[in-house]
This record gives sequence, C-alpha cells and structure tokens, in this order.
Amino acid sequence: MLEMNLPGSRMQVRNARVEADMFRARAVIGFLLIVICLGTLVSRYVFLQVYRGTEFSETSDKQRISVRSVAPSRGLIYDRNGVLLADNVAAFRLEIVPEAVEGGRKGMEHLLAELGDVVAISTDDVEHFRNARAKKKAFESVPLRLKLSEDEIARFSVNRWRFPGVEVVPYLTRAYPLGPLFAHAIGYVGRIDLNELVKLDPNLYAGATHIGKTGVERWYEDELHGAPGSETVEVGADGRVRRKLDYVSPTPGKNLYLSIDARLQRATEEALGARLGAAVAIDPRNGEVLALVSEPDFDGNLFVNGIAQADYAQLMQDPRKPLLNRAIAGGFIPGSTIKPYAAAAGLELGVRTPSDTVVSTGEYHIPGQARGYRDDFPAGRVDLKLALAWSVNTYFYSLAYEMGIDRFSGFLGKFGFGAKTGIDVAGEAAGVLPSAEWLRATRNQPWYAGYTVNVGFGQGFWVVTPIQLAHALTVVAAKGANRPPHVLRATQAGIGAPVQPVPLPMPGPNVGTHAGTWKAIEEGMWLAVNGPPPSTVSGLGKEFPYAIAGKTGTAERFSRFDETWTSIATSSADRHQVLFECFTPTEDPRIAVVVALEAGHSGASDAAPIARKILDAWLKYDDDAPAPRVAEATQ
Amino acid sequence: MMLAFEQLGPRLRLLARRWLRAPALDWPLALALVLLAGIGLVNLYSAGGPDTKVALNQGARFVLGAMLMVLLARVSPQSLRKWTPWLYAGSVFLLLVVAVLGEGRGAHRWLDLKVFRFQPSELSKLTMPMMAAWVLSRGELPPKFSSLAIVGALIAVPAWLIAKQPDLGTALLVVAGGMFAIFLAGMAWWRIGLVLATAAAASPFAWHFMHDYQKKRLFTFLDPAADRLGDGWHIMQSEIAVGSGGLWGKGWQHGTQSALEFLPEHTTDFAFAVFSEEWGLIGVVAVILIYIFIVGRGLMIAATARDTYSRLLAGSISMSFFVYVMVNGGMVAGILPVVGVPMPLISYGGTSVVALLAGFGMLMSIHNHRRPAH
Repeated sequence: MLEMNLPGSRMQVRNARVEADMFRARAVIGFLLIVICLGTLVSRYVFLQVYRGTEFSETSDKQRISVRSVAPSRGLIYDRNGVLLADNVAAFRLEIVPEAVEGGRKGMEHLLAELGDVVAISTDDVEHFRNARAKKKAFESVPLRLKLSEDEIARFSVNRWRFPGVEVVPYLTRAYPLGPLFAHAIGYVGRIDLNELVKLDPNLYAGATHIGKTGVERWYEDELHGAPGSETVEVGADGRVRRKLDYVSPTPGKNLYLSIDARLQRATEEALGARLGAAVAIDPRNGEVLALVSEPDFDGNLFVNGIAQADYAQLMQDPRKPLLNRAIAGGFIPGSTIKPYAAAAGLELGVRTPSDTVVSTGEYHIPGQARGYRDDFPAGRVDLKLALAWSVNTYFYSLAYEMGIDRFSGFLGKFGFGAKTGIDVAGEAAGVLPSAEWLRATRNQPWYAGYTVNVGFGQGFWVVTPIQLAHALTVVAAKGANRPPHVLRATQAGIGAPVQPVPLPMPGPNVGTHAGTWKAIEEGMWLAVNGPPPSTVSGLGKEFPYAIAGKTGTAERFSRFDETWTSIATSSADRHQVLFECFTPTEDPRIAVVVALEAGHSGASDAAPIARKILDAWLKYDDDAPAPRVAEATQ
Repeated sequence: MMLAFEQLGPRLRLLARRWLRAPALDWPLALALVLLAGIGLVNLYSAGGPDTKVALNQGARFVLGAMLMVLLARVSPQSLRKWTPWLYAGSVFLLLVVAVLGEGRGAHRWLDLKVFRFQPSELSKLTMPMMAAWVLSRGELPPKFSSLAIVGALIAVPAWLIAKQPDLGTALLVVAGGMFAIFLAGMAWWRIGLVLATAAAASPFAWHFMHDYQKKRLFTFLDPAADRLGDGWHIMQSEIAVGSGGLWGKGWQHGTQSALEFLPEHTTDFAFAVFSEEWGLIGVVAVILIYIFIVGRGLMIAATARDTYSRLLAGSISMSFFVYVMVNGGMVAGILPVVGVPMPLISYGGTSVVALLAGFGMLMSIHNHRRPAH
C-alpha cells in the first residue's frame, strides 16, 4: 500500500508484476475457453463420425457406387444343319454425350443439323435419340445413328473436331447372312419402340436396345434375349466411371437350331421364282417344318438398325405386299385342295364308303333347285378314288350336301382349318372355316344349302393359309396323327454348350379312326399324280424314285356371276388362285409340300411343277433316316 | 559463397556463426509445428490425388516459412516493437493499394509483385496483434477507455478494408488478433460484456451491410438441403466425408469423397474433411490435441515474456491460432458457415503458411528473450 505512493521505477515494477499476474489469469481463462470451444468442436465430430457414422458411410457409398446393366448378347439362329441364319456382328454407331455438347438445347439442335451433313441422320434417328436421351443422365452416352458405313466413319473422323461430345462406338448388331431368304421365317429385330417399352420387364431389358419384331425372332424373344448382367462401378461426382468394382456377366440368349433346311429353303425360293405366293414343306412324321417361303421377300437386315424412310415407304407401298408372310398369314381360297379332307369326313362319318359312286353329268343340282353347279367335265360314274384323281366336283357337291354344313365344318375343324396351327413363327393368321355359326356370328346371315355345296369343293367363304393346308396334309400323310407344325428343333445355352433337343409339341387329337379312310384317300391322291389323264397332274411323278400322292386346287379369284368375270382385262393365267398339295413316299411319307400362288392358270399347270422341283431338291438333301425326334417324343 | 562469407564484417560473421550453430527455437513448439506440417503434407498428398504438385508446393512453402520463422526468432522483441507502427502503417497502405489495384477471382485480395503474388491481408494478421500490443503496452493496464478506443479504431481500419475485399474470414482473424490483445491486457469484464452485448444487438444491422453471396452462404448454412447443388453441396459433402470416416477412418488414400470429387476445395478449405474421412475421429482428436498443445505452449511463452508488449503479442498470436482451428473445423463439420479460413498447416495455401510460421517466429523470439527464471 505504501509503495503505491512511491514515484519512479518501483511503481513500474509493481505495475509490471500486477500486469503479469493479470495476464496469467487472463491467459488461463482464455486457454480454458479455447479448450471448451475445441471440446465442443470435437463433440460435433463425435456426433458425425460415431453417432451418425454408419448413416454417412452409406450415403457416401450410395453416391459413389452405381450398378449398371450390361445387355446380353442375343442368341444365334441356325438351320437344322448348323448353317448360321441370324448372327451378331460388330458394327459402329454414333453416340452423343449430351453434357459435352456446348450451347445447351440450341447447341444440340445445331450439332444435329451439322452432323447431318457428315452422316445421314433420319428424323426417325433423331426421335429415337430424343426418347433415349430423356431417360438418361446428361453424361451418359446416347446412340444417334446405328450401323455407320465405312465411308461415314471416315468422313466423321475427318470432321471430328467440329463435334465435341460425339463419338463412334463399336457394338454388336444383328445380321442375317442369308438376307431375304429367311426374312419371313426368321423375321427381324428392330429398335425397341415406345409401345414395347411400357410392356417390357425393365429388369430384363435394362440396357437393351433391340427386340424381335416378327417371325422366329419375335416368337422366341424370351429365349433369344437372355438375361442382363450387371457392372458395379465407382463414379465420381460428375457421374463418370472411375473404377470397376464388380462385374456379373450377362447370360447370353439361347442359340436356336431350326428344323428348316437352308438348302431346301433356297431351292423352294428358286422354285417359286417371281411368283406371288408361298410354299411350305413339313416332315409329317414329327411336324418339323423343312421350308417356309413367302414371295416376294425383302432384306431383314434393313430393319435392324432403323430402316431408311425411303426403303420403308417402298416396301409399304409395293402392291405385291412383300412384308406379308404369305406362308402363315396369306389367305387363300383352297379350292379342290380341300377335297381329301372332305373325303375323310365322308368316310369317317359314314356318309360314304370308298366304293360308293356318284354320277357326274357336268352339272350338279340340289334336289328341287334349278341352279346348276358346274363340273369341269362330265366324268360319269366315279368312286372316291376317281373323284379325287380327276377332281370331280359333283362327287363332293353331293357329299357336302348330304353331310350338311354342321357335320362338314365340324369334321374339317379337326384338321385345324379356321384356327392357328400354333406354329412357332410370329404373325400367323387363323383363316376361315365356313360354318353356319361363323356366318351368323360374322355377317349375321342365315346359311343356305347352296353355300354348303360351294364350300364342299373349297369355294365360298373359305380362307386357308399355306401352313394350315400343309398341316392338314401331314394329318392325311401320317394317317390321322396330328403333329403341330413347328420350326424349333433344339436349343443351346451358348456357343460350345451342348445342343439340347426340344421336345415335340403336344400332338393334337387323332383325326379319324378307320384305317381304310387314309388308304382310300392316299390311293385317290396317288392316282391324281400317277394315273393317265384325266388324272389332274398326270405325269408329275415321272422319274421320281418314290410314289407321290397329290391334289390340285384352282380357286376362282373373281365371281363368275357378276361383271368382274367378263370385264377383267387380265388373262386367264391371272384369274385363279392356284394350289398344289402333295406328300411322298406314299407308304411312309417323309415330306409334305404345299404350294400356293396368288395368281395362275391352274393348280396343275402352275403350282404342281413348283412342288415337283421342291421334291427333287429334297431328294438331294434327304438322308433317308428315320425321323430322329419321333423316338425322343415317345420316350 | 565462402568468399562472400569472408567479406562480411567480423561482427556480422560472429553473429552468423552463432545463428548457424544453434538456431534458438522453442523445441516443444517447433516439434509440434513440424509434426503438424508433416500431417498436413501427408494429407495433401492424398487429397491432391494424382497431382503430387500440391504436396510438393506446400512443402516448399513450409521450407520458406520455416526459414522466416528461424530468422524472426533472432529478431529481438525490442526491434519488433520499434518497427511495429511502421509495419502496421505499411500493411494498411498495402490494403489500400489492393483496394485500388488488386486482383483475384471474385475478390480483390492479391497484389501482383511480378516476382510473387501475395495477399496484404495476410500481413495484417501479423501487424494487427503487434500494433494492438504496441498501443496497449504504452499505457497503464488494465487499459483505459482512451487506449481501448484507439485500439478499436486501429482494428476497424484494416478489418473494414479486408471485409470489403470481400474476405470475411481474414477480417475475422484480424479482429480476433486485436481483440485477444485487449482481452489479455485485462480489459474489464463489464466492458467485455458490454462489447459482446452491443455486437449481438448490432448483428441484425450487419445483415444490411452483407454482400448477397454472404447472405446466401448464411442461409445455406442454416439449411444446406435447400441449395443441394450449389453452396449447400459443399456443406453436405463435407459432412458426408467427415461422418463416413467413422471412428477409425477409411485409411490414408482410401477416402472417396475427395478422390471422386464429391468434396470441393479438398486441398484448401476442406482439406481437414479429407483428413477426417481418412483418419476418422482418432485422427481428428489427435490433431486437435496438437493444436491445443500449440496454443497452450504459446500462452506459456507469453506468460514468461520479458515485457508487456511481448506478452500481449505472444498471447494474441497463440489465441488467434485457435480461431483458425475453430472456424475451419466448425465449417468442415457443418456447425459454422463457409468462410475462407484455412486449417492451419493442413490446408494448402502459401501465404497463409508463411504468415503463420512468421507469427510463430515472433513467438520463438519472445521465448528466446524471456524473463530469466528466478
């Protein structure tokens, strides 16, 4: 206290000590406050790292790990001898990373316009691009143009610097090495469109761009497609892949082995030539389709990577309808080809015996009616055999009339007319099996007896497809056994995997129970080919090692009761739909062939020679072995 | 080299020999700094990813900073004190120059001296505590209102200039540097209370003077999810980085947040987030303990200082060091808004490292010229 009053140095010393003490107190307080603050800070880290650690860990993983689908490679398609019919080949496509395109929406428009000068880009391409882009992130590559030509790749490479964000990317694309030959049977794949997209299983089709559109490609889509694999990747904040973490390879689609023989298919196509029509060959022992041809055809390869507008317009506007698969969806009036089945109905239902005869005067009258039904010539008294061999209409007029429409169409339904055969090629049509019920249901009209007479020889309301007729023919050839036609013979889980035979489709109910039925029909059809004129196709079986049984059909495309018949400018060669059906060898048939042409003079003159050419070709390729898959099916 | 050495005057030669023989440093403090710098480099090597330049550059800055520290450790506090007003005036002058001529992205902070570029505001971080200590040590303690007012004005000038750049983080550090000197000088508790209360009451008005981007940052801080893709992204990704580190961390170079660029500014402002992710809570606690040790050691040096100026300067530098850690650590952990304050010796940044180590050089000098033990 005293020192307080002392001047000079002592006071400064005193002050210095007080100051130092005060400083020390303040320093301690400050330090404690700092420790408290930093303790609070650490407690925040404890909260984040321990209390919420797992949660943040998951968040961190979720934003860096991304699982992407890897599209499987599509199954290949082979013929019965291992000839490749549908392949996957390497191609190049143009892809755009939208994010890398400068100038936003306008920049993209500009880019697309500029790109169009270098490679051809259709409005279709742009539309597909827009749709695909809407579903992807900005940094993900979106395909714009598929299957670039070498010229286009070269041109793009030179101009590459003009197009940031655009790249040429390799990919696998579908290719059909035999082109038009299998365009109808195998069909084609195309880009998945919006309608398909909503129906598809998003898990199965993740990353997929194509889908089977028609034919076998469509029917066996599930088998051919396979299952996608996945790729687990680490992505950066920008979404780009930095590292692969895991890879589950996709399960490739199954390879399919068809029963069709590409060589016979080729011969069939050549035999048909430029005629509009279809031809089908089936092994009656098991229902395996050996050839399935529809003319005119087109190149399925055009459709795979987006068909050019001009090509598509041409196919659509072509009056010959090249896109129509006439073999399974072409509607033909069967004409006299229906007679063997009508005969079977008569025999089985007890309306006729093989030896019963009918007199043909050249014109048939329903008892009590004035209207006459024409026969080609007055054949006189004929039994079933001659009626089939000479195609005597009167025999079948009276048969149908006596049987009545209900029994007639009821029995012919057993052969599969009026319903899809169920062949494993997409796009089949059902045709029309005329019946009183059908007429009432579809046109609300009553049935007249005259209709029955007409229907009895394959005219009036009838619509059959070549595959239906061929199937019915195999029933006759196989003596009543009902083997559904089909094209898939075996599958393979991948290249190198064992080829697994596919069981035969479930057989339909046997048609007919009387052994004599089939023998009588077969004899009549044999005589048609091998008898002297007026047998319809006399001489067709000449110099063929096996006995052939066959039946012609010449159906009138134009009604002779109205103006059209007399006014048509076309020659008689165009007036008819002409058909021929045959099988061989008669004792144990191994092939049944149906040829149907949209226009021709007669079944005998136009369709039958084509069928003979097909049989000649078949001889070269037939190995004479018992049908292998019959045994398997009965096991 | 030897020739030049021989040409020096005998006195200088003696001085130089002594310097080279024993660099007079406070070894506990120096070792803690070296340890921290080492951790910083190791972390930057990982945070920089494939770009090792970041770690190498930082290493070069450490060497430069260490040289400056050793040099300053030799300069007596008396000399520092003598030069203080001039240094302070110089730094304010440079701030004015920057305000007129400066460059830098977004904010005018840099002065291009052709040879190297530096931020005058970093210089203020050193001159501010020096000036405050200078003023306060001249008058009686506890300080009277007049000297408090003078110091307040001296703080306000550079703080205002820096805040206008705008660099709120550095302004905050400059203010803290001056305030800690006042606090340690023994400013009366009621006055401290009054200042704090005034500051709290004035904060709504401060809002009025804030830049739009600063307001936005504050909003974002309060609700990061509202700006998920913008500034909120920084905060959320930083929290994810820290949190996903867990107790033990993901391991050195195994952090994903920075490597995959989810975390922005992962070598500078958010370098500590990378560290937290890779080393976990264990690493965080260890580093915070080192920081506490450095602050504590600095205050001990201050307590043993020879005079008031040295004491206040050393204490202020030590306590300012804490502000860096608190602001950056709080920002990384999402409890403080995003302001550009680096984590000392861990964040990448040249000027800041050199300025920090220069500050510790003055601490070393004060230690070297401490009051002899009784």
